Amino acid sequence: MKTLTQRLLGPVTLVLLGLTFGFGLWVTPPDKVQGDLVRLLYVHPAIAWVALYVSFGTATVASALYLWRRTRSLVVDRIAYCAVEVSTVFIALTLITGSIWGRPTWGVWWAWDARLTSTAILGVLALGYLALRRANDDPSLRARRGAVFVILSAINVPIIHFSVLWWKTLHQGATVFTDNRTLKVHGTMAWTLLMSFLGFTLSFFWLLRARYRLEVATESRCAATLDDALAARRSEGAL
Amino acid sequence: MIRTALLVAAKDLRIELRSRVLLWQVVPFGVMALLLSGLALGPTHAGHSSAGPGLFYLVMLFVALLMINRSQSLESRPGTKASIATLGLDPAGIFLGKSLALALELWVTGVVLLAGAVLVLHTALAGALTALPSIAIGLAAMACAGTLYGALSTGGDGAATLLPVLALPAFAPLLIAGERSFSAALHGGALWEWWVILVVALVAYLAVGVLLYGVLEES
Amino acid sequence: MTGAVEVVRLRDAVVVANGFPLLSGVDLSLGAGSLCVVTGANGAGKTSLLRLLAGLVSLTSGSATVAGIDLANGDLRQLRRRVGWLGHEGSFYDDLSVQENLTFAARALERPVRDIGPALERVGLEHRTDTTTKQLSAGQRRRLGLAWLLIRRPELWLLDEPYASLDDSGREFFDDLLVDVVASGASVVVSAHDQLRSAALTPRTIVLAGGRVIGDDR
Repeated sequence: MKTLTQRLLGPVTLVLLGLTFGFGLWVTPPDKVQGDLVRLLYVHPAIAWVALYVSFGTATVASALYLWRRTRSLVVDRIAYCAVEVSTVFIALTLITGSIWGRPTWGVWWAWDARLTSTAILGVLALGYLALRRANDDPSLRARRGAVFVILSAINVPIIHFSVLWWKTLHQGATVFTDNRTLKVHGTMAWTLLMSFLGFTLSFFWLLRARYRLEVATESRCAATLDDALAARRSEGAL
Repeated sequence: MIRTALLVAAKDLRIELRSRVLLWQVVPFGVMALLLSGLALGPTHAGHSSAGPGLFYLVMLFVALLMINRSQSLESRPGTKASIATLGLDPAGIFLGKSLALALELWVTGVVLLAGAVLVLHTALAGALTALPSIAIGLAAMACAGTLYGALSTGGDGAATLLPVLALPAFAPLLIAGERSFSAALHGGALWEWWVILVVALVAYLAVGVLLYGVLEES
Repeated sequence: MTGAVEVVRLRDAVVVANGFPLLSGVDLSLGAGSLCVVTGANGAGKTSLLRLLAGLVSLTSGSATVAGIDLANGDLRQLRRRVGWLGHEGSFYDDLSVQENLTFAARALERPVRDIGPALERVGLEHRTDTTTKQLSAGQRRRLGLAWLLIRRPELWLLDEPYASLDDSGREFFDDLLVDVVASGASVVVSAHDQLRSAALTPRTIVLAGGRVIGDDR
């Protein structure tokens, strides 16, 4: 039976995303420099935040829990797997929305900027994880290797975070806060940005939950298949 | 752990000296790859020294993939795997030993290809020699990372094609930092930021390897 | 001859790999100092059973204790150090010589390197110390594996189809060796298609089919 939180997750997410799009497209004013292009910033940073930190962070924590014997279970392995799948989608959306913003701003769809490049690398790492999952049928081996791979990939995330500071190339610096931690964005823009971060973060957990339930259903079907395989194997001895 | 590491490294290097795969296959592959990359750039750009650092590291990356595959294949034959498993060696020691042997092999190949970059890509000799320490650290980091990714990809479906998919994205930061530090050694510029990346990567892969290689070795 | 101390205890042991049940519920108890032959047709699960006992494959369900170590929760590395495994695929590294392989293994387990010579003499490889493993015949590779077990003297020997690739004199040598090993108090589990020929050996025989025990002459 679903808890209240589980029942509210979907509707609250939809409301927040709806408000984000509504405010972002019609309520907030255009930027004095970027014009209407600024409206992409109500989507892109939030998606990037989910891609790099929330989803990959969830996968990393779940993988670390799997590697620690006390908390090792196929539940946390499933969470890690589903989180990386959803992360892959968000990474792709980060690059797509970033390209759409970059084309009129920088004149090109793709620039060899450190943050763009690092995000693309993280995306390929996520695809590598999915390839690794498919290479092994044994659940325990698959889970262990996947967990170690996620931990290794997580090393890349700090490099992405510091890349803007260290390389200072085309990509803009921190979007929301100045170096002194004061808010750069004000008024309706700030509220819309906050709604977008909340909305996309909740959408990650909503998608994660849906994907997790699908994975449990898939494994149940495989377990039933295994029971049949065991029965067939035992019957070999009876012949 | 250290005793096991030295035992495993000595074993891997002895096998290499006996089989000479590095000498007769890997180094020629590296040299050919360097020549091909020069051909791909065309005569105008191939002789430009600015191409040297990037092409050197790119070729070393592919050489590393070959060597990682070779290193893992030594352990993955069914009879070998089972009999070595019964020795119950410390996994951290195995990781350090295989990484050390792989690093030494990459360093030897790196020196040969560096000479190739000086000769055919007109990379300045003085700059190349200045870049040697950063190259050594970069290749050591590659060896540690490669040992881990090699263990991750072994035994599964399509192991040989899985290794590049897993390892190349992780090698990319090493490629960037290595190329930048090599270029800085050639043309001047800030070196320390790239050194930090290379050293942090080396330490991180060493730490993860020592802590988690045993998890990969469990059956 | 069977000891009171149990060295192997399996209860409904299931091993699944790649979705296929290699063992589908094995019940087995072996006492210390016993000799057991596991027979069965190809695909019955003989090798899988021995690999489970050696800690080389994971237990999927059921319970299994080998040499005092619980296979579900215990340290499999410790188990592998306590049992001796001789597979039919050959042993160690192809590009190293007989002497180099055994020296590596001895140093890994901190065994005296001086024990290598007598072990090689016992198995008839004393003139092959500088031969690389890949140059040995299949039977000679098996002897190399045996030499290592003689150096280690584990409490449980697991020998997977040791008679394959052996000629008559090889089988006779192997039977004599088994007599010595059993007499020393170690437990031995051998997988074979046929019964052991030597009259000096009176093994317990279990029959596997479909990944479980269907016959036991205990």
